[in-house]
Amino acid sequence: MGSIAYIARRLVYGVILLIGVLVLNFFLIHAAPGDPAETIAGAMGGATAEMMADIRAAYGLDKPLLTQLAIYLGRVAHGDFGMSYYFDQPVISLIAARVGPTVLLVLAAQLIAITLGVAMGVLAARKPQGLMSGFVAVVSTIGYAAPVFWTGILLIILFASIIPIFPVSGMTGARFSGGSAAYVVEVLYHLALPAFTLAIIFLAQYSRLSRASMIDVLGADYVRTARAKGLGEGKVVFKHALRNAVLPIITVAGIQFGNLISGALLVESVFNWPGMGRLAFDSVLRRDYPMLLGILFFAALMVVVANLLTDLSYRIADPRIRTGGR
Amino acid sequence: MDITRRLLLQSSAALAFAGSAFSFAVAADGKPGGSVVMVSTQSPRHLNPAVQSGAATAVPGAQIFASPLLYDADWKPHPYLAESWEVADDALSVTLHLVRDAKFHDGKPITSEDVKFSIETIKANHPFTTMYEPVSAIETPDEHTAVIRLAHPHPALLLCLSGALCPIIPKHVFGDGQDIKTHPANANPVGSGPYKLEEFTPGQKITLVRNPDFFLKDRPLLDRIIVTISNDPNAILLAVENGEADCYPFATASQDIKRLEKVDRLHVTDKGFEGIGAINWLAFNTGKAPLDDKAVRQAIGYAIDRNFITNALMRGVARAQRSPIIESSPFFNPKMPFYDHDLDKANKMLDEAGHKAGADGIRFKLTVDYIPGAPEQQEGVAQYLKSQLKKAGIDVEVRASPDFPTWAKRVSNFDFDMTMDAVYNWGDPVIGVHRTYLSSNIRKGVIWSNTQQYSNPKVDELLTQAAVENDPDKRKALYDEFQMIVGDDLPIYWINALPYHSAYDKEIAEFPESIWGTMQSMADTYWNKA
Repeated sequence: MGSIAYIARRLVYGVILLIGVLVLNFFLIHAAPGDPAETIAGAMGGATAEMMADIRAAYGLDKPLLTQLAIYLGRVAHGDFGMSYYFDQPVISLIAARVGPTVLLVLAAQLIAITLGVAMGVLAARKPQGLMSGFVAVVSTIGYAAPVFWTGILLIILFASIIPIFPVSGMTGARFSGGSAAYVVEVLYHLALPAFTLAIIFLAQYSRLSRASMIDVLGADYVRTARAKGLGEGKVVFKHALRNAVLPIITVAGIQFGNLISGALLVESVFNWPGMGRLAFDSVLRRDYPMLLGILFFAALMVVVANLLTDLSYRIADPRIRTGGR
Repeated sequence: MDITRRLLLQSSAALAFAGSAFSFAVAADGKPGGSVVMVSTQSPRHLNPAVQSGAATAVPGAQIFASPLLYDADWKPHPYLAESWEVADDALSVTLHLVRDAKFHDGKPITSEDVKFSIETIKANHPFTTMYEPVSAIETPDEHTAVIRLAHPHPALLLCLSGALCPIIPKHVFGDGQDIKTHPANANPVGSGPYKLEEFTPGQKITLVRNPDFFLKDRPLLDRIIVTISNDPNAILLAVENGEADCYPFATASQDIKRLEKVDRLHVTDKGFEGIGAINWLAFNTGKAPLDDKAVRQAIGYAIDRNFITNALMRGVARAQRSPIIESSPFFNPKMPFYDHDLDKANKMLDEAGHKAGADGIRFKLTVDYIPGAPEQQEGVAQYLKSQLKKAGIDVEVRASPDFPTWAKRVSNFDFDMTMDAVYNWGDPVIGVHRTYLSSNIRKGVIWSNTQQYSNPKVDELLTQAAVENDPDKRKALYDEFQMIVGDDLPIYWINALPYHSAYDKEIAEFPESIWGTMQSMADTYWNKA
């Protein structure tokens, strides 16, 4: 099957999936008890019955649920995700301001997790019974078992209170005003702790996976052949073994993308990172339906795109898939 | 110019001079420059206090918009955008004389038309309907004079013209026919106050910059006020402790306050919250047995140890509160009964009320709700009530709500026995106190109305009289009597003033400590350090 047809088919699946996500989320959110008008009234400091009726009318909350869904889907088809009940601003512009930081955090964490995880796995695989292997196993298990908000708080205590070298909150300092180069440095400086916190869980998975996978590959015939040819150890490990051992990593990286985004939600809350996660959390509490639906849609979109890219990179890394195994 | 006009101007000049002492007291040594970073846990919906109550909007709102008057720490009004004012002898009108060269942030002049528009907008849209309800008309004889006509005397009016309760908003922006509640300019306002909006990222950050054309000479002094918003109290504390932020105006949790007090660099105070008058209380559903019986409510009052709540649960940072009127208000009646903790008395009263304990020691069961998200003030006290009231034979079930809307729905639909609540006085009893006790305000589905379903014709009469009584002493006497009656009827057991504290860098001078605190102009605030 040609690559283009394959991609087209995956795109169609993706769109169907996203519509399903929208409809399902719409009903799930409306099934939760609580009235957004109460939140708005509460935030206003109370409201009279007339004001409550006005609020419901203004946001279309007085219409039947299916009518609300039809109106919503119609708008989304035109790229209009509605107005946030709470902020009275277009959902799309509120999300647009936050997609960047979330993507940055998720990609940085993914990069750290894969790079460090694979390096640790490779080191451990070379001597499966060695000290390094045991160390990697322990670190991995702890990293995997510890919830991110706990790891995050520990890192905050360590690097902000005991050895105060990292900022604990936000993407830039409150007073920051500098040029674009200084801005990049400032953001990276603020990114370090949250990205590392998020990476820790996945670090465990990648290091264990690449360790197992490398042990497998290092025992394979072609590696023995490579060694027999007299190739240096570095070339054997990194050129022959790793390229094959990395395939399962790509698969898992794609699958983990959804988990990474949900992990980012917690990490963003702990580190006050200005991404979609914090907004999602607040929107749940505020019953801000359009905001929440928008965020869930974009999170789903990110996962769909990530999975598509995984499939494609898999095809590039392993020519057998591209050629149908011939 | 006719003679009356001239006289009027002379008197206003005199008044303006008297008032200027307040605003210019630090002119000699106030250093301009620098920025103040303020942290907040609350995320404002938008920045227009004309259609939105609450501190989250009021703090930035009071910097962006000027109000006609300022209130000081002694509950006295001072000139601000109105350089002088007169209350008519019959108390049926108040005339405001505006500063002559005041301009909005877009350079357009601030006129009496804008004052008229602002007050009419607030009257029609703000949740505090009693603030301007008696206003029958606003006349604008000239650009700088606004005459507020009243249907009946309204002694609360001057206070309603201060702080964030009366932002003067531009008619040429907000009067364009769009619905003001969802007006796009609410998030990007053209203001009249000392600071202009530079950036508003909802839920994250508000940056305000000095308004160089502010109508008060040499004000404001700071270049910037930056409000950073975080829903994580730990992140906020760390930021204040390590100097990333300079002030934290609404710290409430006792352990946070204790922690901030240990930081040498910081000054911690509970001044500046007299106006908001936030009271943490236990409300009874008086429409439901057995709480429809006054004796049962009083017995519960005796069973609770208010001092234990403030001293132990809240680590001594909260002040006990025994009245519907905040104890820092001039209207507070110190003769109010305290309901000194007395379990024997409580048990005896319940016996006498016909609620004998069964074999299991239980007289009856009650539920208590609480507002989620405020563990120390709300849930903690509710949990305490469960164990404490058991000693009086009352089996209390603590009923959690997953979020605010769920709680609000239960309480506003009278689906509760008892609930913890926190309700604000907002300066004058007419604004924040009457709503809870007037029988005309029993309105199903409306939160922070009289959800206790409390009804006492004498209370209705006293509050109605106090709302229109212009003589301060007579008005005080009416509120004194009102307090004694509700203190006896006890539809609510008031527990404590919310322990709001401000922590700010000691190098910050003239940090606002009037009754409105940071919910009023920070034009005088400056950095002592270079």
